[in-house]
Amino acid sequence: MQYILAVYGDERAAESTPREQMTEIVNAYMAYTKALQDAKVLVASNRLRPTSAATTLRTVDGQTKVLDGPFAETKEQLGGYYLIDVPDLDAALNWAKRCPGVRHGSIEVRPIWVM
Amino acid sequence: MSGPTPAHRAAERAARQSYGKLVAYLAARTGDVAVAEDALADAFAAALASWPTRGVPQTPEAWLLAAARRRMIDMARRRRTREAATERLLLSVEEVAAEMDPADVPDWRLRLMFACAHPAIDAAMRGPLMLQTVLGLDAAAIAAAFLTAPKAMSQRLVRAKRRIHDTGIPFRLPDRADLPARLDAVLEAIYAAFGAGWPDPSGLDARRQGLLDEAVWLGHVVVSLLPEEPEGLGLLALMLHAGARRGARRSANGDYLPLSEQNPALWDAAAIDEAEQLLERASSLGRIGRFQLEAAVQSVHAARRSSGRTDWHAIVELYDGLLALTQSPVVAVNRAVALSETAGAVAGLAALDELAQDARLAAYQPCWAARAELLARLGRRASADAAYAQAILLEPDGVVRRFLEQRRSRIRPNSA
Repeated sequence: MQYILAVYGDERAAESTPREQMTEIVNAYMAYTKALQDAKVLVASNRLRPTSAATTLRTVDGQTKVLDGPFAETKEQLGGYYLIDVPDLDAALNWAKRCPGVRHGSIEVRPIWVM
Repeated sequence: MSGPTPAHRAAERAARQSYGKLVAYLAARTGDVAVAEDALADAFAAALASWPTRGVPQTPEAWLLAAARRRMIDMARRRRTREAATERLLLSVEEVAAEMDPADVPDWRLRLMFACAHPAIDAAMRGPLMLQTVLGLDAAAIAAAFLTAPKAMSQRLVRAKRRIHDTGIPFRLPDRADLPARLDAVLEAIYAAFGAGWPDPSGLDARRQGLLDEAVWLGHVVVSLLPEEPEGLGLLALMLHAGARRGARRSANGDYLPLSEQNPALWDAAAIDEAEQLLERASSLGRIGRFQLEAAVQSVHAARRSSGRTDWHAIVELYDGLLALTQSPVVAVNRAVALSETAGAVAGLAALDELAQDARLAAYQPCWAARAELLARLGRRASADAAYAQAILLEPDGVVRRFLEQRRSRIRPNSA
């Protein structure tokens, strides 16, 4: 089964993180990504730019509007994702537990809809 | 009015056991509990109707499976126009059913229980889910026990089963490292089912009464499949000990009798003996836990049957252990009550006072009743009266309310 591990965290806190600590976090993500690759479970992964770079489309009264900013203001924002292919939820949860993001925010684990 | 005969009960047991095994096997192989249940529903109903009168067939699983396969083919035909996914699932059930040896179905009910009590499933739904999938109880019976509207319970069960399938919860035993925590969730769910069946000792509502037996049975399944897990043994011992006293909880005219006023001669000696053996086995395994300690408390109470007295010092010690392990406010209340027996009402009340800040106890009836009893013993009538009033307000069971009213009237100087 394929699962997306959606990594949520507080962007503002991340902005004010000291440089050395940021390097540590980036290194931790690189090591994690490599572990996923080595285990041959990684399908895709990406880090997203902050929500200040987001543009949202919304149709109101039949008119599609282009809005600057994210679809909703939330305390934690989607910062990146991993798409993995593993046998079941327990395997997905075990990988999610190892994700560095779990220390700074939340990881949402969701299966991909199989058509 | 006569209840079902032992032969009836035995046949029903056999039907539920075979049903549970087949659901577990088919669900594990297809990942879909609902489809497995659907496939077996009619066959199970037929078994429940026929086995008690005609006897249990020689190979019960084969009997059920043969009846179920007719239904599956029928269902597959009817659903042909629906989703391809459903169709695929039914075919896989049919495939699995075709390749299995119905005379030798592996017992995977424990895997099913672990799926039902998975951390990704709402804790409140784990007990109901197990009762339905492993024992085949219907949503209405489960709803009655858990004081929920049948329709709401039925919807929640459907959603929980869909969640097992959609999220990919596995049907297998957890890894060794995860086993203690995961087993604990299974045991908690079984105990929740037992607790839901507990408040109706008069057996007026047969469905709730039955739940005690069903929970005990789930406990037996766990113990038979994981005989080396002391907490499973502890839970079963605990349920057997508590269950042994169910018939003694009411007087001849239906009044509530607290444990201290029960006649030990009315306790179920066979159940107590079995509980004691289980507890001994558990403690020989050398890993203490919450359910073993709770069972040990019950064991001390049960000893009154032969000794005529209760060793409250032992009970306080056991509650100390439990409190250290669980930090449960309910345990703390029980400990305070036990303490009042060894160190006096003042000490017990002081222990309760320490808990007064705990918001979780504000609506916990036994805490108020215990406080009222101790205040009454100390002659603090006005405070006792107020505490009784609060306990009565919180108690849902009319029989227990009447008992509390009687206790309250004893301390009222102007009572008639």
